[in-house]
Amino acid sequence: MNFINSNILTIVIFLPLAGAILLLFFPRRHRDIRYFALAVSLITLLASLHLPWYLVRGQSGFQFEQNIPWIAHPNIHYHLGIDGISMWLVILTTFLMPMCVLISWNSIGDRVKEFFILMLVLETAMIGVFVALDLFLFYFFWEATLIPMALIIGMYGHGRKIYASVKFFLYTMIASVFMLAAVIWLYAKTGTFDFVDIQGKIQSGQVAGFEHAAFWLFLGFFVAFAVKVPLFPLHTWLPDAHVEAPTAGSVLLAGVLLKMGTYGLLRFNLGLFPDQSRRNAPWIIALAIIGIIYGALVAMIQPNIKRLVAYTSVSHLGFVVLGIFSFTQIGMDGAVYQMLSHGISTGALFMLLGMIYDRRHTYDIGEYGGLATPMPVYATFFAFIMLSSVGLPLLNGFIGEFMVLSGAFQAKQLYGILAATGVIWSACYLLWMYQRVFYGSITNPANNSLRDLSARERVSLWPLAIAALVMGVAPMLWLHSIDPAVAAALKQFSSVVQAHATHAPGPLLRADVARNGVQALLQVIGR
Amino acid sequence: MIPAVDYIRILPELVLSIFGIIVMMVDPLLPEQGSRKRLGIVAVVGTLAALAATAYQTGFYGEAFYHMVRVDTFSVFFHVVVLMIALVVILASYDYLDVQSIRAGGEYYALILFGTVGMMLMSSAIELVLIFIALEISSISTYILAGMRRRAAESAEASLKYFLLGSFATAFFLYGVAMIYGATGTTNIYNIANFLRTQQSTLAYLAVGLMFVGLGFKVASAPFHVWTPDVYEGSPAPVVALMSTGPKAAAFAVLLRVLFATGAPGWFWMVWVSAALSMTLGNIGALVQQNVKRLLAYSSIAHAGYLLVAFAAGQQVGISAAMFYAASYAAMNVGAFAVVSHFASAGEKYVTLDDYAGLGRRSPLLAGILTIFLLSLIGIPVTGGFFAKFYVFSAALQSGLVWLTIIGVINSAIAAYYYLRIIVYMYMRDERSEAPVARIPVGLGIGLAISLIMTIYLGVLPGRVLEYAIQGAQDLLK
Repeated sequence: MNFINSNILTIVIFLPLAGAILLLFFPRRHRDIRYFALAVSLITLLASLHLPWYLVRGQSGFQFEQNIPWIAHPNIHYHLGIDGISMWLVILTTFLMPMCVLISWNSIGDRVKEFFILMLVLETAMIGVFVALDLFLFYFFWEATLIPMALIIGMYGHGRKIYASVKFFLYTMIASVFMLAAVIWLYAKTGTFDFVDIQGKIQSGQVAGFEHAAFWLFLGFFVAFAVKVPLFPLHTWLPDAHVEAPTAGSVLLAGVLLKMGTYGLLRFNLGLFPDQSRRNAPWIIALAIIGIIYGALVAMIQPNIKRLVAYTSVSHLGFVVLGIFSFTQIGMDGAVYQMLSHGISTGALFMLLGMIYDRRHTYDIGEYGGLATPMPVYATFFAFIMLSSVGLPLLNGFIGEFMVLSGAFQAKQLYGILAATGVIWSACYLLWMYQRVFYGSITNPANNSLRDLSARERVSLWPLAIAALVMGVAPMLWLHSIDPAVAAALKQFSSVVQAHATHAPGPLLRADVARNGVQALLQVIGR
Repeated sequence: MIPAVDYIRILPELVLSIFGIIVMMVDPLLPEQGSRKRLGIVAVVGTLAALAATAYQTGFYGEAFYHMVRVDTFSVFFHVVVLMIALVVILASYDYLDVQSIRAGGEYYALILFGTVGMMLMSSAIELVLIFIALEISSISTYILAGMRRRAAESAEASLKYFLLGSFATAFFLYGVAMIYGATGTTNIYNIANFLRTQQSTLAYLAVGLMFVGLGFKVASAPFHVWTPDVYEGSPAPVVALMSTGPKAAAFAVLLRVLFATGAPGWFWMVWVSAALSMTLGNIGALVQQNVKRLLAYSSIAHAGYLLVAFAAGQQVGISAAMFYAASYAAMNVGAFAVVSHFASAGEKYVTLDDYAGLGRRSPLLAGILTIFLLSLIGIPVTGGFFAKFYVFSAALQSGLVWLTIIGVINSAIAAYYYLRIIVYMYMRDERSEAPVARIPVGLGIGLAISLIMTIYLGVLPGRVLEYAIQGAQDLLK
């Protein structure tokens, strides 16, 4: 058991990569390749389930740690570890992966082998991002997600795929150069890349010149993450990338890659620069709220369904950022929860869109109408997932948004009021879109003879639908382990901030209030 | 009487020269129209023997021939780099010569070997006159090699251009040597160092400037870079692989000796400006290229710039960073040009970006390998290119060169675009014209494997090589 516990993260990270390498030697028979990729992703999922099973909930700090010196100069360690926050993001990744394989079963007909190799390599890199505790290792995995994703968009996408792929690559690459600069600065001053060590050194004030550089370092990390989130006004790569990407690419992009940005903000910006996070919170929150409203308004007028869903990500991720920078227990809990639930519902939405695209090869809303008649099962799934994305109580979207909004109200009422409009907007655009696509009579004869969902497609949707429901009715399953991790992050954080800014009592000091908020929520939900 | 150990200290050079002579002697004995592949094997054996001789040398550090040559970790480091380059280039040429119908295989391999002798000697010579002779040996070989595609006009143009401008540059270098002799009364690096430690000399500034011009030409750093795109475009691709790395590494070795071992004055701003210019002009020039060879030519200018950043950083960290950079740049660039040479096929027809469209589909292996080299040139982690840039920029930061680092980082971001463009063409565009891709021949395969392994080795476990480079830097400054 000990052996497994200390190596489980390595196993989970590198299982997909091992699968990808084996796949290299596979014959080019498409069927086998698909089954093999599915098997690898399922085994990875099983392996990753070890984590929540054996996670010690009350324990603060990182668990399942593994720390091996890798390169002596510069001093780089192979340091992995998770807490309640990153664990669920890992599970989200491994959970979405088999669905992505299933959804690509027939829609990828050309260069199948390369596709699944890229997918598996991407999975390794994504998991790596969430578990790396060495800044260098983190940067490596961060960059490593870029190449397979850009290739997936560029090779298997449609329409302006090259434009979208290059734009995606350059945006992220250039932004992460700033992060690298900040990482190198930290290394130069502390002599280590280890996140925990650096955090300790910063807190105890051992880093020379930190006061002057802090803002720029904060900004370096922030830019890299903000592009990924994407935060308004750095979001312009997102609609292009989403629309042109193949379905599995969109699912992973929305489901996991965007979370890398918010995870980074939570772990590194808040973890390393609490003081700066607080100082810069007002304008970051302003950007988040602009993102919420702007994303929603732009989504509303999109004639292209996939673009519409892409813009909902801008809006929903705005909630996450708002929650993180509210610095309240409930807000941050909600932000993490919203990350997971957005991964589920938006991932599922993109899968649903992929299914209709396979049949009609268009995302144009005007081409559809009355789909509920020929495809009742599809319409039902769509309605369910769409409602979870809207934030209907008892489904997953509600919990996260509710908690984030409570946090925002605690931080400042104005934030809460403005952000709450986003909930209304999202109901508007999604319901309106649903009405235009599914209701009414069929205007386009091409839609008359559409097949309903096949068994494979249903199999790929059921897990997501169930997850959406369970996350909606039993959030404690997740919050049990998220809450202590957030509390630990916040505690560390508040001690520093209090030391630095005793004159400014803020929402942080109301952690007790926040706790009561969580309790209240739980009572509402009835456990 | 010269002690026998002195000969061991030039053993790799001797071995390689003997093999070069063997190649030339055997050449006339082979049937006139036949393939010259057997000579390639002789040349490969020669480089391997020279590598073994270099390994043997490590037990005999010291100076030889009345302080003309010095064997230490610094020179051994560059010996190994240069020999590896020559090895991969010869392997890549093995089938290339037949494909291009270059009949002069004997001269070709012999010149590569002799050129390599010159490059090795450049890194171990500590006497400016000997350095000059070594520089000439390496340069003249490459001038001729550039014109090896006799039937192609652009190859002749490349050769002539390289020769004329190169001669000017060598003259500058020689002029600088004369000046420093005038200033200090000696041409031995370490005697110069002793002199300059105690006395000021205005003439020395001029001398350093002139030598920098000469060597700046050899390493293709701005503003002495204008010849590069034309020459690289016209020369045979494996030769470009050689001259974009080998003479460059050797010239950087000389530059390290001239600037740091002598403790020469007044180089800082010269190097700073040249570094900034090279990076910027190289990268901006590369952005608009359609010809892959020209694109990589501009990229090599930019990389010379990154390397000069390490020079500007100076001291031990800068020197070791520069050495590491030279090694990893050699690995990835030789590999990239080896792929280009294979893909160009007969008459080097297919060298534009459009010809690369759809390469990922036609030849997944070749495209995959090229992608790794390109990612390394961009500086993506777990490739040698990443650590090379990392060491250079952290050395620069340690020396307080914040602005130069910023310029460098911005440049690396710009550079990502044009390397990426090749990848985009290979994987995401559909081919317009059907450019055939032959099977990868054995020689090229081995060569590519060597560069690939080195590129990834330097990216995953850079520790050993870096330690060696640090040791080399210490030896250089001793």
